[in-house]
Amino acid sequence: MLLKKPAMAGTLESSDAQVTISPKEGGVDVEIKSSVMYQYGRQIEECVRETLKNLNVDNAYVKVVDQGALECTLKARVECAAFRSAEVDNGYPWGGAIK
Amino acid sequence: MTKNKNLTRLRRTMMFLSAQRPGLIKDAYIYGADSLLLDLEDAVAENQKDSARFSLYNALTTVDYRGTERIVRINALDTPHWEEDIRVAVAGGADGIRIAKCERKQDVITVCEKIEQAEEEFKKEPGSTLIMAALESPLAIINAYEICTTCPERMIGVAISGGDYRKSMGTKYYPDGNEIFAGRANMLIAARAAGVQCFDTVFTDLDDEEGLRRETQFIKEMGFDGKSLISPKQIKIVHEIFTPTEKEIRSAEKIVRAWRENESKGVGVFTVDGKMIDIAFIPGAERIIELAKASGVYEGDL
Repeated sequence: MLLKKPAMAGTLESSDAQVTISPKEGGVDVEIKSSVMYQYGRQIEECVRETLKNLNVDNAYVKVVDQGALECTLKARVECAAFRSAEVDNGYPWGGAIK
Repeated sequence: MTKNKNLTRLRRTMMFLSAQRPGLIKDAYIYGADSLLLDLEDAVAENQKDSARFSLYNALTTVDYRGTERIVRINALDTPHWEEDIRVAVAGGADGIRIAKCERKQDVITVCEKIEQAEEEFKKEPGSTLIMAALESPLAIINAYEICTTCPERMIGVAISGGDYRKSMGTKYYPDGNEIFAGRANMLIAARAAGVQCFDTVFTDLDDEEGLRRETQFIKEMGFDGKSLISPKQIKIVHEIFTPTEKEIRSAEKIVRAWRENESKGVGVFTVDGKMIDIAFIPGAERIIELAKASGVYEGDL
């Protein structure tokens, strides 16, 4: 999937995560800000990378501001931001690329 | 299509939650509502409709709701959202779909056709997704019977939506409920005539426990199956009111037993504790026992 513009999803509420995705060249860069960085930083990054891989996004700059989100929430926010960035707003591949 | 056994399950409480808010939906089963109404409609801002769907899909596919029914409220049919709402609800394996602002038979048919397509697209068992209709206008109330009798293999029943109904009737909330009585009564008659369930509107004043109690008692007496809720703190009160008392259960048991005994002897009318009983009393008594069983307070052997 081709990213076209910077896009954001999620909020700064507790149990949520705010994810910003922008197009860029040369792979996926992930920047994470989280109060549980020390414990969960690696898991958060893995979840972001895995989600993008499923969506066939190979190049992106991703910024995550985590407020203690569950993995399923983080995944939902990454997916939403990616589709917004790709300017796709219907016919989503539920159960396919969106695992 | 085989008859879905969940059509008639116990639904005393159906609690609304915004599908967009992860803090709310991740563990909503702990509150003990019979059904959750995961909302894509009014609780979600227009520019977050897409985000709510991703959040809903991931919650439906990863959270174990421990048997709590998961119904998705989709956006009305005059919005650009409802088709994608149905796709995501079906793909995520929701138990049912609540049609917002349903006004006529055709609305139900339109939704059912889209659900059928989605069940095929996402390889779900045909007929596995149930529907219910929210009636929110005078026209919807007038058409209640034809709405209740459409797509019977999926149709759970109908719920009145007080906010929009009152607005379209040119009135507002009054504690005695006179302003919405005709709507409630007509919808209930239609639902019972069609043999489907019937649910009351939300009670919005979270601090008025007495008001909630009064309104719930009233709609229970009318014959409603349950009520839509907006907060976990309302669940216990509504369950209490819908749970039969021990006295009611004893009396219902007596009636059912006496009926069985007399029927086998060819007697059609008799008395129990000085009150006349005939066949007309049996469904009511059986319903009390079913409700007692479902509420976990029945200890008899009927």
